[in-house]
Amino acid sequence: MSVAATTEAGARPSRAGRQPHLPAWLGTVPFFAYVGVFLLWPTGILVVNAFKNPSGSWNFGGVSTLWGPVVRSYFIGSFKLCLISAVAGAVFGALVAYAVASGKPDGAVRRFALAGSGVLAQFGGVTLAFAFQALIGPAGLLFHASWYYNFPWGIGLIYIYFQVPLMVLVFLPAIDGLKAQWREASESLGSSTWQYWRYVGGPLLAPAFFGAALLLFANALSAFATIEAWENQIAYTVPQEISTSLSSEVGLANVNAADLLAFGMIVMVAVVMTGYALLQRRAARWLR
Amino acid sequence: MAALASVGETSLEAPATRGPQGMQRSRRRRLNAFRYVVFTLFGLFIVLPLLALARFSLEGSKLGTWSVAAWKQIVSYPGLASGVELTLELAVITSVVTLVLLLPTMIWIKLRVQWISRTFEFLCLLPLTIPAIALVVGLGPVYNRIQHYSLSALQLFWVYVILALPYAYRALSSGLDALDAVTLAEAARSLGASWFTVMFRVIAPNMRQAILNAVLLTGALVLGEFTIAYLLLFNTLQPTLYSISRNTPNAGVVFSTSLASLLFAFALLIIVSYAGRRRRRG
Repeated sequence: MSVAATTEAGARPSRAGRQPHLPAWLGTVPFFAYVGVFLLWPTGILVVNAFKNPSGSWNFGGVSTLWGPVVRSYFIGSFKLCLISAVAGAVFGALVAYAVASGKPDGAVRRFALAGSGVLAQFGGVTLAFAFQALIGPAGLLFHASWYYNFPWGIGLIYIYFQVPLMVLVFLPAIDGLKAQWREASESLGSSTWQYWRYVGGPLLAPAFFGAALLLFANALSAFATIEAWENQIAYTVPQEISTSLSSEVGLANVNAADLLAFGMIVMVAVVMTGYALLQRRAARWLR
Repeated sequence: MAALASVGETSLEAPATRGPQGMQRSRRRRLNAFRYVVFTLFGLFIVLPLLALARFSLEGSKLGTWSVAAWKQIVSYPGLASGVELTLELAVITSVVTLVLLLPTMIWIKLRVQWISRTFEFLCLLPLTIPAIALVVGLGPVYNRIQHYSLSALQLFWVYVILALPYAYRALSSGLDALDAVTLAEAARSLGASWFTVMFRVIAPNMRQAILNAVLLTGALVLGEFTIAYLLLFNTLQPTLYSISRNTPNAGVVFSTSLASLLFAFALLIIVSYAGRRRRRG
């Protein structure tokens, strides 16, 4: 609303001879102010705090605790979980995406699969953990999986539930970009299905595939609700440990630990997302 | 269920190619088999947990019996109804604020301040790379300051708007890019319309579908949000469910409420994807 208000004065039909008015960029100030206060300021706070002592003085040595054995174990835990769920999600998601793409371009299956994936990729959190608990938890309906509370595997399976649909959404455009003529050309030159995928389709899709896998990795890294509802007694991953150190009553020393961990996480996600952006650009060269 | 009946449909253009007919046919048969296997396995993986959730929500007091008691408890369970109410209110407020903040700014940037659009897009997508759990660490001090002025849990909407930015931005920008906003604005302006009229009576009505998408996506996001509410100690729906499940193991009400909120979010998001599809077909 305020956007319009700042310029209402200048809104006359004749363009010439207006009285000098406010510059146009003023209209964007409310948005930038909002994002500044609720996104940039909090991020700034935690980055600055990551480099400070609990007492308030600067301390750049604190970052080295990120390499300490205890903290490192959380990062390794996060890494394991993200790797497993991203690799499995990417492979199965790519298969599903190929199955979807090979159908009629405007068929019911495709519409249904796309709508369903859009919904399921958003479906994480507490309720997802409950659903799996009902299926294979200690009182599970299907069977009781003895590995349900086993760290990377039990929770990894739950993560795959939202990773596969996300992969379908992200990877489908790449498969759609494979031209039928390429297949025809390689077949007319006598190549088998395997040779087509090994020398033509595979290399073409590789950047898009790895880019999408990185996106899945980042997606799993930021997930917190699902794993917290799955098991809240033992912290395996960075988000869980951040939560523990935020809510524990040990005092200020731990607030600083939360800042450090959060800082480490942001760096990790930023690296992964940069890789994703680069691979997407590489993929866009062929697939348009 | 028409979808299931036609799972095997592959495009029929294939036989037109030069290869021997037999090879083409065998390839199509293999492809269809592959499709059936993939869709069956994937479908089971997706549906089974939901069925288990449904069965648990209908569990009677004795194991193996059926009862709708857990569904009736949704309204009567202590603390739950207020959590539901709070979350629904938050969903509405967040959607409205996101829209009011984003839509005029986007149109304005498209029309008048294009040079800022890259920065704008970057900021809108930035929340995707800052995990909610990291954001909440920095938000503590900001929220402490807000709490001096107001006490309601509804103030969570301030940060929910940030979480919703990337999704709302994508929905709105696809709608805005689909129409020639500059020409529309020039036409309206040359007929004497004010900028306010251009925005809210010329351009916004042309983006009705995109606006609906943005609102529904934001609503679904707020319904499922756990991390920030939980760590800032606000009792919205998800943290309430979480604490019930911690305090009373296998409480039926947890499963029925989960399923209810899930179905609600599903309904919202299916509306989004189907409505969006109709628009694209024009």
